[in-house]
Amino acid sequence: MTEPVLSVRDLTVEFVTRRGTLRAIDSVSFDIAPGEVLGVVGESGAGKSLTGTAVIGLLDPPGRIAGGEIRLSGRRIDDLPADEMRRIRGKRIGMVFQDPLTSLNPLYRVGDQLVETIMTHLPVGRDEARRRAIDLLAEVGIPAPERRIDGWPHEFSGGMRQRVVIALALCAEPDLVIADEPTTALDVSVQAQIIALLKRLCRERGTAVMLITHDMGVIAETADRVAVMYAGRIVEIGPVREVVKHPRHPYAQGLMGSIPALEESRERLQQIEGSMPRLAAIPKGCAFNPRCPHAFARCMVEKPVLLESGASRVACWLHDGTGLGEETAA
Amino acid sequence: MLAFILRRLLQSALVLLSVALIAFAMFRFVGDPVNQLVSLDTPADQVRQIRQSLGLDDPVLVQFGRYVMNALRFDFGISYQFRQPVTALLAERAPATLELALVSALFSLVVGIPMGVYTALRRDGVLARLFQAVSLVGVSLPTFLIGILLIYLFAVQLGWLPSFGRGETVKLAGGWTTGLLTVSGLKALILPAVTLGLFQMTLIMRLVRAEMLEVLRTDYIRFARARGLTTRAVHFGHALKNTLVPVITIAGLQLGSIIAFAIITETVFQWPGMGVLFLKAVQNVDIPIMAAYLVMISGLFVIINLAVDLLYAAVDPRLRVTLKGA
Repeated sequence: MTEPVLSVRDLTVEFVTRRGTLRAIDSVSFDIAPGEVLGVVGESGAGKSLTGTAVIGLLDPPGRIAGGEIRLSGRRIDDLPADEMRRIRGKRIGMVFQDPLTSLNPLYRVGDQLVETIMTHLPVGRDEARRRAIDLLAEVGIPAPERRIDGWPHEFSGGMRQRVVIALALCAEPDLVIADEPTTALDVSVQAQIIALLKRLCRERGTAVMLITHDMGVIAETADRVAVMYAGRIVEIGPVREVVKHPRHPYAQGLMGSIPALEESRERLQQIEGSMPRLAAIPKGCAFNPRCPHAFARCMVEKPVLLESGASRVACWLHDGTGLGEETAA
Repeated sequence: MLAFILRRLLQSALVLLSVALIAFAMFRFVGDPVNQLVSLDTPADQVRQIRQSLGLDDPVLVQFGRYVMNALRFDFGISYQFRQPVTALLAERAPATLELALVSALFSLVVGIPMGVYTALRRDGVLARLFQAVSLVGVSLPTFLIGILLIYLFAVQLGWLPSFGRGETVKLAGGWTTGLLTVSGLKALILPAVTLGLFQMTLIMRLVRAEMLEVLRTDYIRFARARGLTTRAVHFGHALKNTLVPVITIAGLQLGSIIAFAIITETVFQWPGMGVLFLKAVQNVDIPIMAAYLVMISGLFVIINLAVDLLYAAVDPRLRVTLKGA
């Protein structure tokens, strides 16, 4: 097996507040292979975006990495000095944010932002950087790039701006792109185009993608593997077909079950009862236990670890081969 | 763009016309100007003659029209107390006030902006907190008190700087006298300029700090950092440029107030500028000077506002579109 581009082990992120330390991400581990697309799903506040932010080293205080390690192509990056981590951002790891309308600096020409980024990471002169910028704009599907490169962000539509943002994320040919809800702020009609563009560009370059979204349709179409997050932990991770078709974790089952199928006609949409606990009040044992229809005694006391189950891994005691429903001392 | 400028010029003309109306009204409401000119035992005939020669028995509208026409030629009449043309009096003192105002505005920008940036970037640093605390003093202490304290410290106790006057001045072409070319002129300028600019400086510092903190939280700054740009490029390129958009407005308006409110500082330092002249005019009910001063200051405000609007468009491309469409 080839070495993963990104390898995250037991990543824990905490926020130190006046009222105590909140654990927003709790021992998250996953790998992304070269060229692979890993979808990360979960409801708001599950820690998806925060995981991406931690990987690229942009956690703002009071948030901090409290444990675990992050490796990029085998090299540890979570403990790098600020300036070395800065060199990795944009060069080795690119990032695409949710809202293209606010991602670009309104006072700089589109071309200047591209040229500036290219010249920061690659040893090229201004003319060469500009030539590359025009090529990139053409590649992301911006018509008349040699003219548009001198345009201002406000002269571009939302979809076009997201194309520019993607060009900016890819301009130094990174090994990994973290796309944080890249289509959420866009028109439905544009979403598919942007996803297709991102997918094509990354396949051509062999770039791995960490695709953070809560759109299961996007995941099913784009991702190779998918990780489901709940209350700061990964509850299920596996090949996209498995997780979408045969979810094993009760939360993942609820999540997939709540997607209405076209052929069904239903009075009410299915939903998972209750809501995700606040960070300050995560229950003991499995965080999902108050909402889980299958919870039993062990779930109330012992935090489940990721267990092999078929092609996937699931953090649920229902899938612990040592004994279903058996009470174990933690 | 041209249409925008023309429209703004038209608006400015209307503003100035209304100010002229107010200035003109002062002549009529502060008592009969003829009484200022004659003594108690002047014969009634002579009073009537003066009234006639000054055109004071024409209809009000005609008088106002005449006032505006004269003002357009920079003729604001004769000062009651000095018996000299008002324009000449103001022109003679304008260099002192303008130099003082420009130097203190420059001081407030050159010191205020870096301090604001610094306090925003090192929010929790000791020096940043100190700046914050000191700036509170600057905002809350009245100008005359700061002036007196500075005089006490630097002129009386230390004896480094003069406590009043403008020092030696040099006459330039066009009748402009400057204190910027002599050592004593420069030394004399320091205390009044700091006094006048201190409030603006702290204001600008606090404004820059607040704006900068706001901008640093935006998505495009996060994205700029995610692209791996250097901290320098992020802070001083992307963040500072966005911070300066609102700062330009405030700084522009403040320049107007610096000129208008130089009166107090000029009094404290006996600075031979327009402010002192204006105060004397108030004491002696010298309406022509007061009226001319009013018109001149509002003219300055109008010009500064126009310049600020144009600067805005130069910095923010989004406004250029709006302006073109206008």
